Amino acid sequence: MDLSIEDVKKISALARIEIEQQDIDGYVRDLAGILGLVDQLNSAETDEVTPMAHPMDQVQRLRVDQVTEQDQRELFRSQAPQVESGLYLVPKVIE
Amino acid sequence: MHDKTIAEISAGLQGGKFSSVEVARAFLARISQFNEELNCFITVTEDKAIADARAADKRIAHGTAGPLTGIPIGHKDIFCTRSIKTSCGSKMLDNFYSPYDATVVSRLQDSGMVMLGKLNMDEFAMGSSNETSYYGPVRNPWDLTAVPGGSSGGSAAAVAARLVPVSTGTDTGGSIRQPASFCGITGIKPTYGRVSRYGMIAFASSLDQGGPLSRTAEDAAMLLQAMAGFDPRDSTSVDHPVPDYRASLDDGVEGLTIGVPSEFFDQDLDSEIAALLETTIAEYQRQGANVKEVSLPNVGFSVPVYYVVAPAECSSNLSRFDGVRFGHRCEDPDDLLDLYTRSRGEGFGAEVKRRILMGTYALSAGYYDAYYLRAQKVRRLISQDFHNAFEQVDVLVAPTAPSVAFGIGEKTSDPVEMYLSDIFTIAVNLAGIPALSMPVGFVDGKPVGMQLIGNFFSEGRLLNVAHRYQGVTDWHLRCPNGFE
Repeated sequence: MDLSIEDVKKISALARIEIEQQDIDGYVRDLAGILGLVDQLNSAETDEVTPMAHPMDQVQRLRVDQVTEQDQRELFRSQAPQVESGLYLVPKVIE
Repeated sequence: MHDKTIAEISAGLQGGKFSSVEVARAFLARISQFNEELNCFITVTEDKAIADARAADKRIAHGTAGPLTGIPIGHKDIFCTRSIKTSCGSKMLDNFYSPYDATVVSRLQDSGMVMLGKLNMDEFAMGSSNETSYYGPVRNPWDLTAVPGGSSGGSAAAVAARLVPVSTGTDTGGSIRQPASFCGITGIKPTYGRVSRYGMIAFASSLDQGGPLSRTAEDAAMLLQAMAGFDPRDSTSVDHPVPDYRASLDDGVEGLTIGVPSEFFDQDLDSEIAALLETTIAEYQRQGANVKEVSLPNVGFSVPVYYVVAPAECSSNLSRFDGVRFGHRCEDPDDLLDLYTRSRGEGFGAEVKRRILMGTYALSAGYYDAYYLRAQKVRRLISQDFHNAFEQVDVLVAPTAPSVAFGIGEKTSDPVEMYLSDIFTIAVNLAGIPALSMPVGFVDGKPVGMQLIGNFFSEGRLLNVAHRYQGVTDWHLRCPNGFE
């Protein structure tokens, strides 16, 4: 599997991860190696096989529509990098 | 004190031979003596340990103690602990003090266990050597130049060096069993859904499962007893009764059929490891078990399937780390996109980034069918191989790892080579079935583990089969030099 520098830049933008310029070649090489490993799957016979998403093919359990959790906003906000007036702060999005 | 199993510590506490505070102090002294060398702990919770031990002593005095009351434990730093740093081995969570306890933590706390601290691990459990930790590698007590395995490397090394009698770990592709093998201890990955994942920081949600690491199968049985069970807070928790694991430990193995998968015992397997496994199988035959060769024809695809499924799920799970609500945030972001990309770029280490990038690629438009969907289909084939095998046999045996513990730095330059160290453990996670690793001997002075693999919810049987071997051998009791 060939992977270009541009491919890795595009993937890192999609993943919202900044990659330093000097590290890009390393990621190109490593990801190409992993894709080479993964390409072994092409030799598996998968016609008419149902994809397996869960080991026991369990379906999502439903619960009664009842309030079980208490309000812990103050506690959760204590972990945030920047909060003001009960709101999480981020750089301005709309001019 | 430090050489006792938890079954022995429990008996001593109940019999008034020593107090829980004395037990806690003995292990805390071991930690301060050896942790600098081994780097097992990210956080030591000494004050909490003494307070918990005092409370345990009261319970014992009042006759309200259970079998685990007053026994020390260390938790892998992937389990959320309220008001105590929960780093997951990452710079991203270096400043994270969880607002709540994981279900595993609260269950063990309720049973009266005494937490000594949080154990080192590969960053976000992504690694097979504990070398991806932001807090530095853990050293293997059997050879200080070797890795302890991973990702539960701190959990395994701490038990092997007698810094804790037991610990918790998690296993997504072998992260309990492979370090247990490298450190000469016992570890079990339960059936998917057996142990709650609530508060266990998610890596690959269809594979992750918590479990115990201990010296003996009996200790693993005692710990799993308290960890297992339905939890409404985990949507994939299975509502299935938890049997009394300790009660069946002594059951005989006469008539048990042990399957030997030919794919795991081919010419590529290290001949010295193969010889130790053959000796172990022969011991079971001596005790009356039957042995049958079986085939798992698709098991060779396990590693490639895993390196699509696990990164895909990880890229989704780790999107929550955005520098907004908790965790690392970069300095002076220009705009929101810069905040996201730089916080994540700075907070995650190289292996975590590789896996997020790999997963993002596998799930991206135009590639989904070729990678993710195809991997899920092959996952089904691997799972069916196990189900076919369990129609013929009761348990399967396999090597845990293709080698003994390798050197620190030996495999860090090539990710694929590192991934192949989990070649024997990954299939079990894909199928969701339980497996245990136990020590069966030494090669070059380093421990070798063997896996016992069972069908869904057969943890009791696996612990029993391991216990029958440990009753006639002493590999699991050996102590590394310098840690006696």
